[in-house]
Amino acid sequence: MQLIACPWCGPREEVEFSYGGQAHVPYPDSPAELSDEEWAHYVFFRDNPRGRFAERWNHNAGCRRWFNAIRDTSTYRFESVYRLDDPKPVTP
Amino acid sequence: MTVQSPSTARTPRTTRTPGADLPDQPDSLWRSAEPRRSYDVVIVGGGGHGLATAHYLAKDHGITDVAVLEKGWLAGGNMARNTTIIRSNYLWDESSAIYEHALQLWEGLEEDLGYPILFSQRGVLNLAHTLQDVRDSVRRVEANRLNGVDAEWLEPDEVRKVCPVVNTSADIRYPVLGATYQPRAGIAKHDHVAWGFARRADQAGIDLVQDCEVTGFASDGDRVTGVHTTRGTIAAGTVALCAAGSTSVLTDMLGIRVPIQSHPLQALVSELLEPVHPTVVMSNAVHVYVSQAHKGELVMGAGVDSYNGYGQRGAFHVIERQMAAAVELFPVFARAHLLRTWAGIVDTSPDASPIVGRTPYENVWLNCGWGTGGFKATPGIGSALAHTIASGEPHPLVAPFSLDRFVSGALVDEHGAAAVAH
Ligand SMILES: Cc1cc2nc3c(=O)[nH]c(=O)nc-3n(C[C@H](O)[C@H](O)[C@H](O)COP(=O)(O)OP(=O)(O)OC[C@H]3O[C@@H](n4cnc5c(N)ncnc54)[C@H](O)[C@@H]3O)c2cc1C
Ligand SMILES: [Zn+2]
Repeated sequence: MQLIACPWCGPREEVEFSYGGQAHVPYPDSPAELSDEEWAHYVFFRDNPRGRFAERWNHNAGCRRWFNAIRDTSTYRFESVYRLDDPKPVTP
Repeated sequence: MTVQSPSTARTPRTTRTPGADLPDQPDSLWRSAEPRRSYDVVIVGGGGHGLATAHYLAKDHGITDVAVLEKGWLAGGNMARNTTIIRSNYLWDESSAIYEHALQLWEGLEEDLGYPILFSQRGVLNLAHTLQDVRDSVRRVEANRLNGVDAEWLEPDEVRKVCPVVNTSADIRYPVLGATYQPRAGIAKHDHVAWGFARRADQAGIDLVQDCEVTGFASDGDRVTGVHTTRGTIAAGTVALCAAGSTSVLTDMLGIRVPIQSHPLQALVSELLEPVHPTVVMSNAVHVYVSQAHKGELVMGAGVDSYNGYGQRGAFHVIERQMAAAVELFPVFARAHLLRTWAGIVDTSPDASPIVGRTPYENVWLNCGWGTGGFKATPGIGSALAHTIASGEPHPLVAPFSLDRFVSGALVDEHGAAAVAH
């Protein structure tokens, strides 16, 4: 089973975690001013790259805290994990 | 003393090859074509949907200047990996219309293709385990009937009659409180279906091009003029995307955003067993579905792996949970051995319904978002997409599944009928 390194607890088994999808999707500053199309993109549309992806994970059977990770969606390998208040790591 | 000439000497019994009396493998069922430099219609993706679209373009519309471009080998994606459940008992009018259209085509497909596809209408049970399940299921049965789809609500003792190996005892964690039953549902042989469509398309003169990955698009304003591939650039009058789990990779190249997420979806088979399981059983609550394939393997699956993934493999704990659920529902399977597990990449959409129709490019048609349940749609979407390509207008059966429903809000929410149940 794959180990995932929680930034707070260290490496734990994958079954302790749940997935939160794409990271760094901010809530719109003034939602009422968005067009229907912009609102649809905020609610329904997420990136779906093959390769490196910045995403949210929750250590729900451990410390229950959220964190972000850079993971490769074709190898499933985690490249880095970082806290929600850290900026997205700059990748080559 | 007689002397036998060598040519009439009898081969000693001991050198006979096992199976030598069986018929030879058929010759190739289609040509593996070299790509030409230009086609009226280029279909990206040689899975079930791409091949079926090619067949109906030729058969219904006489359009044969068509290429199906496949990056790997023909029908080696989800078409080779799915668990072949075919049914049309979806909740909403829009969904039951397209899936029932498909089911009616399945019923005549063997004749149409002139090729055995082993379509076995053995029925499907969708089990209910909670009071809410029961209410939702009865509602779906009523909706199905209003749409002319065969559907019945069965009490536990009737479930036992249809499928004696399901544990209907009241003394389990999630007792079976009843089930919906669609008698016309069933399974087919996925490889044979793909071969049957490929053979017919090839006979009509359509080029099936393997080892040909689309790596980019050439465009001029709001038209795409051709596709760049690993086997050169090919000009196209119309392009249809039938790339299932890899659709986003293509739409990213086109600069189109599509609300799908690609996930691994796993399935597994047991060793060959005597026939014990006469139908198809699905349970959203206990989280597994099971049928017994023609040769005797138990075929099982459940929901997707949680994370996005393009790796055509998933996590083992997901398999472990599927098997635990299967043994809970079918105690008789406890000693069966797991033979093989695998995964495909499925393109899930926010409302668990497909996304078919126009793109911002006037000559590019989208067909994706079938997620965990697009095998059953194969002939239905093939015929509707072919009609769409030929007429330049979305076929009425696919019109409700346009990309702009996410802006208008006219979603077709099928999570209840499509979550674990494919
Ligand atoms: C484990 C599993 C179980 C399933 N069970 C069921 C079920 O019981 N019932 C049901 O109805 N559905 C089921 N499905 C879903 C069903 O398999 C899919 O919805 C359906 O097969 C998708 O259509 P397709 O056959 O055209 O896809 P695919 O066979 O995946 O075809 C897409 C093709 O596009 C090719 N391609 C991708 N990118 C490119 C490119 N850039 N250039 C060229 N070619 C490209 C791929 O190689 C692939 O061959 C299941 C899926 C899986 C994975
Ligand atoms: Zn933790």
